[in-house]
Amino acid sequence: MIQFEKFVLQNGLRVIVHQDTSTPLAVVNVMYDVGARDEDPDKTGFAHLFEHLMFGGSLHVESYDEPLQMAGGDNNAYTTQDLTTYHVQLPSENIETAFWLESDRMLSLAFSEKSLDVQRKVVCEEFKEHYINKPYGDAWHKIRELAYEVHPYRWMTIGKESSHIENAKLGDVKDFFFRFYRPINAVLVVAGNVTLEQVKTLAEKWFGDIPPGEKYQRNLPQEPAQKKAKKMELKADVPLDALYKCWHIASRFDNKYYITDLITDILSGGGSTRLYQSLVKEKKLFSNIECYHFGNFDNGLLSIEGKLVKGVKMTEAERAVNDELEKIKNELISETELTKVKNKTESTIAFEDMAVMSRAISLAFYELLGDAELMNRELDKYNAVTASDILDEARNIFREENSSTLYYYSNNN
Amino acid sequence: MITVAKTGIDRTVAPKIIDAVDLNLQLKPYRKYILKNGVEVFAIDAGAEDVMMVEWVHYAGNLYEEKNFVASATNFMLKNGTSTKTAFQINEHFEYFGAYLNRTAYNETSAITLHTLTKHVGELLPVVREMLTESIFPEEELNTFKKIMQQRLSVNLLKCDFVAQRLIDAYLYGEQHPYGRLSRFEDYESLTREQLAEFYKQYYLQGKFLIFVAGKLPENLEELLNKNFGDLSNKRPEGKNFLVRPAPEMKQRITNDPNGVQGAIRIARHFPNRHHPDFLKVQVLNSLFGGFFGSRLMANIREDKGYTYGIHSYIQNHIQQTAWMVSTEAGRDVCEPAIKEVYHEMKALREELVDEEELLLVRNYMMGSILGDLDGPFQVIARWKNIILNELDESYFYNSINTIKTITAEELKQLAEKYLQPEQFYELVVV
Repeated sequence: MIQFEKFVLQNGLRVIVHQDTSTPLAVVNVMYDVGARDEDPDKTGFAHLFEHLMFGGSLHVESYDEPLQMAGGDNNAYTTQDLTTYHVQLPSENIETAFWLESDRMLSLAFSEKSLDVQRKVVCEEFKEHYINKPYGDAWHKIRELAYEVHPYRWMTIGKESSHIENAKLGDVKDFFFRFYRPINAVLVVAGNVTLEQVKTLAEKWFGDIPPGEKYQRNLPQEPAQKKAKKMELKADVPLDALYKCWHIASRFDNKYYITDLITDILSGGGSTRLYQSLVKEKKLFSNIECYHFGNFDNGLLSIEGKLVKGVKMTEAERAVNDELEKIKNELISETELTKVKNKTESTIAFEDMAVMSRAISLAFYELLGDAELMNRELDKYNAVTASDILDEARNIFREENSSTLYYYSNNN
Repeated sequence: MITVAKTGIDRTVAPKIIDAVDLNLQLKPYRKYILKNGVEVFAIDAGAEDVMMVEWVHYAGNLYEEKNFVASATNFMLKNGTSTKTAFQINEHFEYFGAYLNRTAYNETSAITLHTLTKHVGELLPVVREMLTESIFPEEELNTFKKIMQQRLSVNLLKCDFVAQRLIDAYLYGEQHPYGRLSRFEDYESLTREQLAEFYKQYYLQGKFLIFVAGKLPENLEELLNKNFGDLSNKRPEGKNFLVRPAPEMKQRITNDPNGVQGAIRIARHFPNRHHPDFLKVQVLNSLFGGFFGSRLMANIREDKGYTYGIHSYIQNHIQQTAWMVSTEAGRDVCEPAIKEVYHEMKALREELVDEEELLLVRNYMMGSILGDLDGPFQVIARWKNIILNELDESYFYNSINTIKTITAEELKQLAEKYLQPEQFYELVVV
């Protein structure tokens, strides 16, 4: 059980306090309700570029990093398709420094041309490092465009193409900031060696007078049910053929999420899981194979991806994957196997909750999902899943017409 | 500027801070048990969650192998079959209890690491014992392993950062040195189960190991460890010394992918190990140079020029001798300007005293970073493990804190003059 207190400032900023006196640290996490899905299709990659710009100075504070480092703190941030989060960790004695820095950049950024100019380049290098200059680096760009017709999940968080980032203008940056980075669209979590009273005082002092902003009304085009299987072929200078298949799944808000999550654990993620044992170890068709999903807030994708053993035909590899899926669709899983994936979930949650930073980010995440208290009910929801739930949901997900397949061929074969 | 009437705060003024250099950092002491066979167990009992880790460290690293990859293949295959259990059964056993069992081969040592909910540890230790006493290295498992490793290598060889890292290590130490060995397809191909079984016999069945445990520990831990591991061999193999044979050519440019859009840059020099009197001081100089986000290299090459997504410098984590390395991936057409800036930053450190404010920032950052790194039992045991395996003691930790607090700008400049000399650096770009 993670204990916490919650209050809301007049400007709508939700504040969550999680006290842990066993650590000398304090953690401050600000999560904004904006991700890559909220971008204009012609200006993709913006939420992530913006995350970089958040370190380029704010209205009254020229440098974000220096004063934080001076206070013995460290920070990081990340952007997903659904949210953007900033976190600071520092000695608890210096917690006010984090309030000062985070509140000033929520008040307003400095919007410097120099910072935009440099970060455009930095992000373009990040784009190259991860998506162009790496074998198979473009696969997910292709799959998203294949699987989604209308929903903004059809582009990657880094952006559809680097020209969108290169063309970003200061005006766009300002609009984006004042639209999304407002107290009403944010959650502040303060955790570690802090007290509720202390946080109330500091939150009121530093965040209390920031104008609330307008609540962002999200109205994204929802992806219609897929009616027909989609397939795509690609050839590139990679050493091995690879198979990518994905299927549409329910959103993070749906109770089916827990069933789906366990399905991915049954199929992959350990030496005794089904795809690995059958396709890597016994049939020797793949050199590695994984099944995963992203836990997206809107309806997402479950994916199976693997690299083929040299000489294995794509059709044969795909058929073997489908055979495994037929099993999970037609045979109830044993109680032992179900217990195994539930035990894994219990253990994963316990290990995640060890670090105060990780607890703080989770609290913010669940508050954004609707209520921080959801964090304490997760395990029960997993434990409630039955073998027949798994069977039903596997049948629902792994339908041919619900699938998109990318055949990624090596030029060498 | 917006001024705030309601609370009357002046946002241009930073809140008062306690300098992190004034923090009283302590490394929580371990408890030590000695098993019946003399094996040392180092334990940190702490944490709120009911989780724990156990790590078995054998003197069975790459250093001891006669042939490339025998040490890492043996370590990997400990989980792939014993006289009573198949690989699947071993995996299923750990996974059923939600536990993670990983293994890693290093240069001097190899490790088996168990992470588990504390309540299940009693069910898991007997299987670890079995892996350490009854492994059989099945032929079929080895063949699968060889194939997978070769395929993984073929993918990695297309990545400029992978190629650059293995080449710079080979230049620095020589390909015959364990720190500089390159993985080649034929090394995997020629591995046999007899080689693994022999290595296992010599360095596991008849070898020596240490145990590190951390987390919320069960009361009967010592008894459990004695029961499962108290009768195994505890005889340290003879150490081996390897001569460093660096490459004669110090500057290299390699085209790995003619269409590559980035180059991987490595700039590195030899550096003594942790027992050298300059080691801890150079850690501070390294932080200033390229060791954190606010470093000179980051500020210049990422935050001012935008040549790269990130640039870092660090001292490699080797025990015998080591190297000081600068590492980055930069746009193909800005690799040479980026290298020029690296040398420019070396020059600045050699020629100009760092000002007190920047030095205080580095001190505070390093202290805060150690404070953060010590948060939690796994982090504390990791620090102890490093101290113990390097044959140091807790004074290393306290000297390190003291160095961060007291090193002077003059000392840093002298160290820069001594070590940041461009002609002593190997330099490599792989596109």
